[in-house]
Amino acid sequence: MIKSGFFERNLKYLFPLPALLFVLLLMVFPVLYTLFVSFTDWTLTSGRPMKFAGLGSYLKIMGEPRFLDAVGRTFYFTIGAVLAEAVLGTTIALVLNREFRGKNALKFILLLPLVATPVAVGIVFNLFYDPTIGFLNYVLSVFGLPQSGWVTASSTVLPSLMLVDIWQWTPMISLIVLAGLAGLSNEPYESAKVDGASSVQTFVHITLPMVMPTILTAIILRAVDALKTYDIIYAMTGGGPGYSSETLNILAYKFSFEYFNMGQASSILVFLFFIVLLFSLGVTKIRKLFEL
Amino acid sequence: MKRVLAVLLIVSLSFVVFAQGASEAPAKQQEIRVLLANHPYGELLKPLIPEFEAQTGIKVNYESLQESQLTQKLTTEFATGSSTVDVFMTRPLQEGLLFIKNGWYGSLAKYDFSDYPAASVELGRKDGVPFIVPLVIEWQVMYYRKDLFEKAGIKVPTNFVELEAAAKALTKDGVAGFGSRGKGAAAVTQISSYIYNFGGNYLENNVAVFDSPEALEGIRYYGRLLGNYGPQGIASMSWENLMPVFQAGKLAMWTDASVFLGQVVDPTKTNIPAKDIGVAQLPAGPKGDSPFIVTSWGMAMSSKSKNPDAALQFLNWATSKELAVKGMLANIPMSRDSAWANETVRKNMNAELIATQAHAAKNGYPLDRPFMSAVGQARDLIGEVIVEAINTKGTSTRLPALATEKVKAVNELLKADGEYGGK
Repeated sequence: MIKSGFFERNLKYLFPLPALLFVLLLMVFPVLYTLFVSFTDWTLTSGRPMKFAGLGSYLKIMGEPRFLDAVGRTFYFTIGAVLAEAVLGTTIALVLNREFRGKNALKFILLLPLVATPVAVGIVFNLFYDPTIGFLNYVLSVFGLPQSGWVTASSTVLPSLMLVDIWQWTPMISLIVLAGLAGLSNEPYESAKVDGASSVQTFVHITLPMVMPTILTAIILRAVDALKTYDIIYAMTGGGPGYSSETLNILAYKFSFEYFNMGQASSILVFLFFIVLLFSLGVTKIRKLFEL
Repeated sequence: MKRVLAVLLIVSLSFVVFAQGASEAPAKQQEIRVLLANHPYGELLKPLIPEFEAQTGIKVNYESLQESQLTQKLTTEFATGSSTVDVFMTRPLQEGLLFIKNGWYGSLAKYDFSDYPAASVELGRKDGVPFIVPLVIEWQVMYYRKDLFEKAGIKVPTNFVELEAAAKALTKDGVAGFGSRGKGAAAVTQISSYIYNFGGNYLENNVAVFDSPEALEGIRYYGRLLGNYGPQGIASMSWENLMPVFQAGKLAMWTDASVFLGQVVDPTKTNIPAKDIGVAQLPAGPKGDSPFIVTSWGMAMSSKSKNPDAALQFLNWATSKELAVKGMLANIPMSRDSAWANETVRKNMNAELIATQAHAAKNGYPLDRPFMSAVGQARDLIGEVIVEAINTKGTSTRLPALATEKVKAVNELLKADGEYGGK
């Protein structure tokens, strides 16, 4: 058949066009627009049209003590939660990698937190955490232990939120690591056995290095998500008590939808965007080291 | 062949797209979009909307949203110019100034406001043009446990000294003596009456003054009560956290908005028999007896409405005298004067609640928060002072300095929005 006509000549452009448009409209445009707004002084409360302000919004945000606190909290939450998830998740994966009765049932139960809606999880945990009528303080009192303020006290609110994140997302790391373990070849283990390596030695020198790239992939995926955590924090504390669980995402939300200060909210989000980007690049580099 | 297929595909697809538009055009039924709040009055309206549709032939597409999401949705739609909303419920004190300033409310010059208290209409008016129909009012009351007061042999407090003594006496056996919102921004509205009763205020002539000695005394008193006699974790509790504690019988006194009475005595939600739950007016302070009494909800039209006549028709119906009476009978305190004068209403409503309304209407103050466009941020700033007072049980030595710092920040907001000083 002779290739002629517009369609035939441009098929290779036409077919990906819808996907390309989708990405441009729904992913690239919002990011660029946020970047644009971050260089303006746009607020709805003043009733003035938006005006170019250069780095004005960024400078104002940098001078806001809540911003620096939020940066610290974002990292504290992410590092704490993801480290615990990585250790717990890998341990669970190692246990599940053996054959035992009820293994499939256990795997199924492990999947349940993953499919739960974060806001619903938040509400249920809030009921557990309630210091007066909640279940956890009741349990503590039964054992004669001192009661905790959980999410209502500024000293315990972040660890309490991390606990929810750990509960929900450890299974994801387990599943990824489990897939990694299943893909390992048997040969190194056989040689190790012949050489008389102990099970601890086998684990430290064979299993862990071989599965490390998988663990790091899981950590990147989780950490990028944890840096952006919004739903459980908003549903459980809204950033409180006071500002003590206000992470960057919550702060940006407050600046945009409660204070209607779009310029400064956008500059917070651009900052968060670069943090997530740099973090992913960094961990990808580390991961490459293990692949060599 | 391929080309023929491609052309056919495009033609058939565009047929589907345009056919839809064509089939709707000839009907020409008027349609309006209405945004309601998840508020008892919104719930009351929803099942009645088909009656309105049958009477007028106007199709009403309504959506129901939680209050803060409603503000966000309206603001985002209006700010981006993409709104198709015609009529909506609105909170005059929270978003009124913001919406008026941005020109988002449609003029209600044609609406009959004669049945409303003048002050409540005034808040939603600019340059003589009214923009908001007052719908629901609320005022501060004190819910209390009659049985616990009886057991302890004390009377319902009528002033702040008695209130503190009662809170102390009733804090025992796992029951907290006194509760009120402690969560920063949410507490701003509930502490307002305490500040007024000590002679303070948030703003005076649009200048922040909540660092005055009177206001600070009110904030300290509130912090002392909640810090000493409040439930654990009070500094992060709003009404949605306090209500279950009260319903579980773990709270003896609770000051909050009048609107919650229906839920407080609802036998499916509470462990306490209705006869043991009382409603009293907020005790008087050393320098005042002015609980807030505010228009918590109003209804308005969008200035961008493509169907202003149908929208006004709906607004007139949704805020009618008949529906106001229906609202009152469902325990929703309405703004219309005629609804309060209605005989059936007076016979059926809770007598204690009517008494507290009469007191608040006579002595109360019409604001429960700083009335300004940037109210959201101002509430967070004031909230910091409140939380500091609660965490230190009212004894904080850095409270005056903190309050002065926040006063400065609120004044900056007022200046940035061109609202500082005067009108």
